[in-house]
Amino acid sequence: MGRLVKFFSRRRSWSLPYVLFLAVFVVAPLVLIMIYAFQAEDGGFSIENFDKFVHQREAINTFIYSIGIALITTMICILLGYPAAYILSKMRASTARVVVMLFILPMWINVLVRTLATVALFDFLMLPLGEGALIFGMVYNFLPFMIYPIYNVLQKMDRSLIEAAEDLGATPRQVFSKVIFPLSMPGVVSGVMMVFMPTISTFAIAELLTMNNIKLFGTTIQENINNGMWHYGAALSFIMLIIIGLTTLFSGSSSEDGTNEGGLL
Amino acid sequence: MKKFFSTSYLVLLLVMLYAPIIIIAIFSFTESKVLGNWTGFSAELYTSLFSGGVSDRLIDAIKNTFLIAFVAATVSTLLGSVAAIGINDLRYRKRRVVNFVNNIPILNPDIITGISLFLLFVSLGITQGHATVILAHIAFCTPYVVLSVMPRLVQMNPNIYEAALDLGATPMQAMRRVILPEIRPGMISGFILAFTLSIDDFAVTIFTNGTDGLETLSTFIYADARKGGLTPELRALSTIILVVVLLLLVVVNYRAARQAKRAEEQAKQIKNYSRR
Repeated sequence: MGRLVKFFSRRRSWSLPYVLFLAVFVVAPLVLIMIYAFQAEDGGFSIENFDKFVHQREAINTFIYSIGIALITTMICILLGYPAAYILSKMRASTARVVVMLFILPMWINVLVRTLATVALFDFLMLPLGEGALIFGMVYNFLPFMIYPIYNVLQKMDRSLIEAAEDLGATPRQVFSKVIFPLSMPGVVSGVMMVFMPTISTFAIAELLTMNNIKLFGTTIQENINNGMWHYGAALSFIMLIIIGLTTLFSGSSSEDGTNEGGLL
Repeated sequence: MKKFFSTSYLVLLLVMLYAPIIIIAIFSFTESKVLGNWTGFSAELYTSLFSGGVSDRLIDAIKNTFLIAFVAATVSTLLGSVAAIGINDLRYRKRRVVNFVNNIPILNPDIITGISLFLLFVSLGITQGHATVILAHIAFCTPYVVLSVMPRLVQMNPNIYEAALDLGATPMQAMRRVILPEIRPGMISGFILAFTLSIDDFAVTIFTNGTDGLETLSTFIYADARKGGLTPELRALSTIILVVVLLLLVVVNYRAARQAKRAEEQAKQIKNYSRR
């Protein structure tokens, strides 16, 4: 008992409960996805699930299509969100805070209710449901996740760098393209991470926005799991995990020491 | 002129973001079964929501949603804050590893988190229900709490804690008197964030709620929508939630603004005083 008290009187020991929790509820489940993915229905090691994915026309097509939709959504979010974040960063801090709040507020309404409302909006404006509605819905859902990290980075940016560039004779356009934009890249990267992957993997939203006409990869995964095809579903999830790993590597692991800029919300 | 353009751009974006929500709010004042069909003004949906006019299934779903969110947010806040204190004291290598794993649930899309936990519960032979949903919500909420507490610990002067110990405080006293006040704002925003994430979650819940018919608002709405429509009373409920949150934000902001002003005045007084 005394030893236990002594153990927990050191602060670093306080991380132990959470480390155990992470091992059971984060690491072990991901390992399970991997195990299931490389297992045949009879339990032996096999790559038949991946073989099935490669040879199933529909799954591959959905996969590529989802990546396309996600790329478009991410691009639109950057194009719409960057100027918004930039304008916000120029505002007085107190005003900017209120506007940022306004951008985040809709997230308190259940995401499915919002999606159904988007459907109603499209009906109301007599627009057809389909690809356009899907992309609008995705942008609508994920735009705040793009604005917030970019705003965060822009707002913390060292003003003296901008002033230095101006003093050295840079035009406003040059200041933006050579100083502000490169310095805000970490925000853009975390914004992309917050938009791209969720777009590929959403399932319910896509279903509702297109009257079940367009399937995204998330829907494919969910259907397989629901129909008891756990191994195949796990293999599809594993493919997504690999993409996530690649995008994380690609973005240069911007998460130094847990205090990363994007931090989200 | 430039300012006019930038302001109108933000206003335009906000209008786009709020258009669907405004539609819900407007159509919460009409009885029509279908969203988007106006059949005259009526507060019927609101009265029916509070006088038992809605199915018990929906009431249960609402109760479950808030119960799960409350328990999950509370546990995540405690677990995450204790963890952040510990992680901050770890040596560089270990700290990096733990932070990396902590970021995984944040980077993972919900569906992967949901499926991975589903496989975990299935392989352990745990019957899915309230407990598994709450555990799953704790699993994806706690990393956000850690992230919101951590910056406050990093910014803190480490010598203050050591000073407290040197002055004879026990580690527990130092924790309560020195560290806790410092991280409290991070804990509060972590709790709010966890609560929000839990209420809004759909993908993780649907994979971990089992087959005994445990429903939250999200899964209820999903089932509803697939049958072809949103229960009309949910328009009233969504409007109420929106207004309550809006009011809360206004109050919090007003108080923060007042505090900032007071601090400013104090600083001015001190300055004047020192000049004399």
